Amino acid sequence: MTLETLTLELLPPTWRVHAAFFKGVVNSEFLQEQLLGRNAEFEYAFIDASAIVSRQQVLSALFNVAVVAETGGLQTPNVHSEVVCSLSPGKNIAEAYRRWGITPGTTKDIIILKILTLEPKSECPTADDVWTHLRKHVDGRPVPLTDDEIDGSTDWAKVRKYYKLNGAPALEGIQDDAGRKKEAETLIITSMALRGL
Amino acid sequence: MSNSPAMTEFPPPQILTYPASSAPVLIAQGAEGRLYKTTYLLPDQPCALKYRPSKPYRHPILDARLTRARILAEARVLQRCRREGVPVPAVYATNEKAGWLMMEWVDGAPVRQRINEWLGARPDTEAAQVEAQSADQTPLISLMQRIGSAIGRLHRTGVVHGDLTTSNMILQRPKEHQHNGHTGEGAMEKGKALEGHVVLIDFGLATQSSSEEDRAVDLYVLERAFGSTHPRAEELFEQVLQSYKETFKQAPAVLRKLEDVRMRGRKRSMLG
Repeated sequence: MTLETLTLELLPPTWRVHAAFFKGVVNSEFLQEQLLGRNAEFEYAFIDASAIVSRQQVLSALFNVAVVAETGGLQTPNVHSEVVCSLSPGKNIAEAYRRWGITPGTTKDIIILKILTLEPKSECPTADDVWTHLRKHVDGRPVPLTDDEIDGSTDWAKVRKYYKLNGAPALEGIQDDAGRKKEAETLIITSMALRGL
Repeated sequence: MSNSPAMTEFPPPQILTYPASSAPVLIAQGAEGRLYKTTYLLPDQPCALKYRPSKPYRHPILDARLTRARILAEARVLQRCRREGVPVPAVYATNEKAGWLMMEWVDGAPVRQRINEWLGARPDTEAAQVEAQSADQTPLISLMQRIGSAIGRLHRTGVVHGDLTTSNMILQRPKEHQHNGHTGEGAMEKGKALEGHVVLIDFGLATQSSSEEDRAVDLYVLERAFGSTHPRAEELFEQVLQSYKETFKQAPAVLRKLEDVRMRGRKRSMLG
């Protein structure tokens, strides 16, 4: 089983978050229809992995949602859509869905987060329930959510455009690839933290 | 955590009450805010959380607006600097409503402390001091040059710091020394005591400005702070300005302005 339960520093104690990563998904159109139809059974954050550079970036987005939820004021209908939006360095919600959410036909590799709040304890699905549901409806190959797996999905041209990394002096000065990638990730996380404010 | 006096007397922001692998530590308390050390996402990723608590004597709406404006101004300046390659901490998260800003933790010690340790290690007798004068000052000079170049890059980016002192610069521990800190003692350690990147911190008073006046005041404030905290190294300040000039094309005009500022002090207008 490759459903992971994430533990994050300073996450609200009532939150339980599961994460999964599917590659080569062929039914992204179906998944997007469920989101558009507000099907309550499909309350997930579906993230297009081609616009993601690392696991840390995903965790950052999740943390930012927890932060916004702390003081209230989600910009989108729920925490799951908020995760997709929090990956964006800007304020435009439709653009964020387009870039980091599912695009039918083009999205192949999907990172999935499920945020459960443990308030009504009886109704909270278990990790097994979540995994069974995902396996049934996501037609793709499950892989662990690691930097290596994400690396194979990243479309750097896209990432550089979305986060305005082209011509960033901070990156041009770095010689080694690993160092440049790490600094790009840092700049991305900083842009996400500011979200166009 | 709840019975530590710092925590109960001044309540931390709500986020710091959430579970983490280690309890938050109050590092510094200023007039405007408090700095906590905590962790970001993972137990082995330390971060700094700068918290501006609401002021009970201010009108709530004004208070919220000021806090928001200041948090965001600082975050924007840091973002701009980081993108331009100025050595500053990365921004991890912001919550302008709750009044905090979470940043990368820079591992190291303030330049002020490192310089004083270096100077303090010198012999005290007059004769020994004369000897020490001629001793190898290369590490200290190199540090001055790194400071000058960091400020040059900052000003080139269109940002003035507003409170440049050797306490607001961290000498970052070189990565390879971070885990095995106690290998070489004595001469080896002394030779490396001033190594590392100079990282500029505390942009709470920073502004985006390209005026020669503002830049000159930045240098002047550092010069004065430097003279009073490190009188024995005052003559080395010239090295800071020299390397500032080498890093920053518009430096000559700023240095001319600095002459004026020295004559009259930091304030141009008589206000404030």
